[in-house]
Amino acid sequence: MSVMTVEGFDAFYGRSQALRGFSVELRGGEVLCLLGRNGAGKTTALKAIMGTIRRTAGRIVLDGRDLSALPAYEIPRAGIAHVPQGRRLFAELTVAENLEIGLSTRKSSRRALDYALGLFPVLTERMHQRSGTLSGGEQTMLTMARAMCIEPAVILLDEPTEGLMPSAIAGIREAVIRLRDNGVAVLLVEQRVDAVLPVADRVAFMDHGEIKARFTIDEVRNDLSLLHRYVGVGA
Amino acid sequence: MTIPNKKLFALCLVVLALLFMAQFVLSNYLVLALTRILILAIFAMGYNMLMGYTGLLSLGHAMFFAAGLYAAGLANYYGGVSLPIAFVIGILGGGVLAFVIGLLALRTQTVSFMIVTLMFAQVAYLLTLYFSNVTGGDQGLTLPTASRSFSLFGLAVDLTSPMVRFNIALTLFAVVLIGLFAVTQGPLGRLFVAVRENINRTEMLGFDTYRIRLLAFTISGAISGLAGALYGLMFGFIGSSFAEFRSSIEVLLFTLVGGPGTLLGPLVGTGVMTMLIDRLSGMTSAYLIVVGVLLIVINLWFPKGILGTIRDRWVPWLK
Repeated sequence: MSVMTVEGFDAFYGRSQALRGFSVELRGGEVLCLLGRNGAGKTTALKAIMGTIRRTAGRIVLDGRDLSALPAYEIPRAGIAHVPQGRRLFAELTVAENLEIGLSTRKSSRRALDYALGLFPVLTERMHQRSGTLSGGEQTMLTMARAMCIEPAVILLDEPTEGLMPSAIAGIREAVIRLRDNGVAVLLVEQRVDAVLPVADRVAFMDHGEIKARFTIDEVRNDLSLLHRYVGVGA
Repeated sequence: MTIPNKKLFALCLVVLALLFMAQFVLSNYLVLALTRILILAIFAMGYNMLMGYTGLLSLGHAMFFAAGLYAAGLANYYGGVSLPIAFVIGILGGGVLAFVIGLLALRTQTVSFMIVTLMFAQVAYLLTLYFSNVTGGDQGLTLPTASRSFSLFGLAVDLTSPMVRFNIALTLFAVVLIGLFAVTQGPLGRLFVAVRENINRTEMLGFDTYRIRLLAFTISGAISGLAGALYGLMFGFIGSSFAEFRSSIEVLLFTLVGGPGTLLGPLVGTGVMTMLIDRLSGMTSAYLIVVGVLLIVINLWFPKGILGTIRDRWVPWLK
């Protein structure tokens, strides 16, 4: 049964149509990956789900609740967390203070914090450090941990491995797998195909603001030419 | 109850203790100067909560200071209202005006917000001149000496006494300081800083940033109103000069020099600036040129204000 259903999103940047009938369904405990070339509309799709860009058509339902008319700040409270491209931490606040803000969104329990820190144990040693002074990998981990403090049913990850060292990428990948195993639905936007294959259950290819094709991860693994056809890369 | 940032709390208590002891060692003139610094520091602390912690640069805060000044002063002057009640009316005056102005001004951001707040403040200033038959305009109004003595819980208070004025100013400064400590070092303060650091991300974490900013604006206005009411009642004079643009710039300078986003920065900034102007104006009529040069020097050495730079370089808990 689907946790989140997005149907027929249209969105515009000025006169340019950025999303055309964008629709996805996410089940609990699965990772759906959006792949596509630069400018295909992947990040825009996540912003439209979060309500930070205006949709001209479409609806979104989370656990049977229609969120379409809610203001943007109500979307995380409903249970959808967003980890944006470029991390976007509160650089002047410490690691602990960043996490406390996440906890206060839905008045989450201490258990949520323990769970988030369990995903990224390195943060435990950095609790009183200003988040702006963390390494790139640690900042990504903190952004994900802060999102997990919301105790979301769905998490939207926008290129979490961008610009990271291989060791940090492995940590992020491990965390995504654990999220999935714990029943969280993950919508993952990635440019790096090698980062997607080990964690995704399904793949949707986007181009010009719409989903052109959908495959299971096994279908993609068995026919890697799909990657070349839809995103112009080999695996 | 656990106290967050215990080191900063301890420092606040030390500063309050030193200020209390100052009245026993300083001359009457300096006690009077310190009284004025404490009241203006309250104004700067209110401004700092908005500008330093929440990142909203208002160019019209003199309007809220003047709202408190006039609300309290006129209530006393025309209505014969006792000073404690007039003081509360002054706080409400600043807070209510800030709430109403905030409802409109906070629909804008950055430069537009600065211009809108400046515009409202200029309207307020011109209104004080236009209705000069009530406000006294430029000439102002002097509160009757007889009304400056009152009884509070059976205690006779005489505001013509410099020591009484100093201790009342210090008490209210302490109340505002500890109150702002609780706000800025707690969950609400974290949200204010989050709004300053990244307003879109704060919204994406599930917070209505308009309401958060309106709350900060209203609290800031109420504190500015408190300072204005205190100033007017304490020194027995209300006038439109307090609503001038210059007052908005002064409180901005006090905050910038002391360190925006630091709890004690406004006290340091107000003290440094006030004493600097006081001393230099006695030496040369061109004192503003000297003050300008000194401000440039301070800015070079302390780009984030005195305490802001100390915090960033050596003392991270000084926030």
